[in-house]
Amino acid sequence: MDLFIESLREAVRLLLRGDRYVLEVVLLSLRVSGTAVLLGVALGLPVGIAVGLRQFRGRGLVIALIHTGFALPPVVVGLFVYMMLSRAGPAGQLEMLFTPAAMVVAQAVLAAPYVAGISLAAVQAVPGDIRLQASALGASPLLALWMHLREARLGIGAAVVAGFGAVISEVGAVMMVGGNIAGETRVMTTAIVLETRRGNFATAFAMGLILLALAFAVNAALTRAQQGRTLAAERRTW
Amino acid sequence: MRFRPPDSFPGLRDRFRARLPILCAALIAFASCARADELILASTTSTVDSGLLDELIPAFADDHASTRVKVIGVGSGEAMALGRRGDADILLVHSPVDEAAFMAAGHGGRRLPVMSNDYVIAGPPDDPAGIRGAGTAALALARIAARDAPFVSRGDSSGTHRKEMALWAAAGPRPRGYTEVGQGMGEALTIASERGAYILSDRGTYLALSHNLRLEVLVEGDPLLENPYSVITVRGARHAAAADTFADWLVSPRAAELIRAFGIERFGEPLFHPSGSLR
Repeated sequence: MDLFIESLREAVRLLLRGDRYVLEVVLLSLRVSGTAVLLGVALGLPVGIAVGLRQFRGRGLVIALIHTGFALPPVVVGLFVYMMLSRAGPAGQLEMLFTPAAMVVAQAVLAAPYVAGISLAAVQAVPGDIRLQASALGASPLLALWMHLREARLGIGAAVVAGFGAVISEVGAVMMVGGNIAGETRVMTTAIVLETRRGNFATAFAMGLILLALAFAVNAALTRAQQGRTLAAERRTW
Repeated sequence: MRFRPPDSFPGLRDRFRARLPILCAALIAFASCARADELILASTTSTVDSGLLDELIPAFADDHASTRVKVIGVGSGEAMALGRRGDADILLVHSPVDEAAFMAAGHGGRRLPVMSNDYVIAGPPDDPAGIRGAGTAALALARIAARDAPFVSRGDSSGTHRKEMALWAAAGPRPRGYTEVGQGMGEALTIASERGAYILSDRGTYLALSHNLRLEVLVEGDPLLENPYSVITVRGARHAAAADTFADWLVSPRAAELIRAFGIERFGEPLFHPSGSLR
């Protein structure tokens, strides 16, 4: 119990002091996972929209495959990206192994199924006649699609947040392809592993607290947007 | 669903168009992450976890501003695998038999002795197998086996794991409570502490974690428990010249001085002894 209280106290002290090491690691985590999610959106959102809007043969199988992607183990994705980027692998010439770019690639692969799967459900939940109506009022097909997506935007926001939550908290892939290099590829999760191994439980715990606080902030912002919109819709009804 | 009069479309269209470039710009931003031309050092976890390299690397950077050293902390087995695949330029490892095999297979360029420390056999303070003062590692392990006491093994092909297997080969059969955890030294020590098990550890990691452990050093000083570290340059490495520079620096008097001084302030004793000082 002493260990726990002491670690907690030291963690709060580190946070209040704005420890530079902790700050650097947090910023790199945000940069890597943020970029990865953007890339995951670029990969996953078009798939989610296309599958969400269209009916075609084998659609159920595609959706099942996307949902299987939720269960992709980060270490397996890490191993795959490692083998691709290794000097002995097919993309070794890029010299990307053990750089933040390699971590971004691995995390984008992990984020894409979340973005695709959840945005798919959001797009599908919007009544299809909104596009009919917009077209009838003179909108081009692209603009009609944009209006449909606008209606699904909170669900799509949830998809992005879910993807972010999945990658900012994973350790297997970034450890393998990033190498946990101090000041270069050390992010919150790999720092937690290292500091725990070093016996610096307080530093590890401080990182864990920041990770949780970030996850909370992102989710709180989304919830606020969702709830605010529901309330506004109710007011309009009256 | 809200009704929108047609005249609101142009505004929407403008917003749609305005946001596209922002998205594109953000996607391109990630490309700036990639970097090249840096020396990759695959180093055993003990040198990373103890903080030794946090002292050595900045000092090397002072002497050689043009070379950046990036450290990957892995077990000796994995470090040599990284070297074989050409993913690391230089290795700092402690697994003499595997190192010799690595050199014999033609993967290494040069192999130089850097430093050494020692292994200890640690265990629960009440020492149920009675190994305290056993004198030799072989006798201690034989007593642990005779009592079928729990023993935690790294089980990860690291230098420490290799050493442990060699010691068991000399000591005889393993106890029933023998567990392979497949993790780093710190994790293995923590597991041994929680389970009241015996363990072979390098002294540095044990000392760094001892304030969180219910383990005591029970056997030490056996010549078989010596733990030499070597630096190996990888043949055909991407940054071979820089690797040579770093290897030479690592065995220089300046590095030796830093290695000798490391840990005295925190632990009251040095964790590593530079090889030059033994000669």
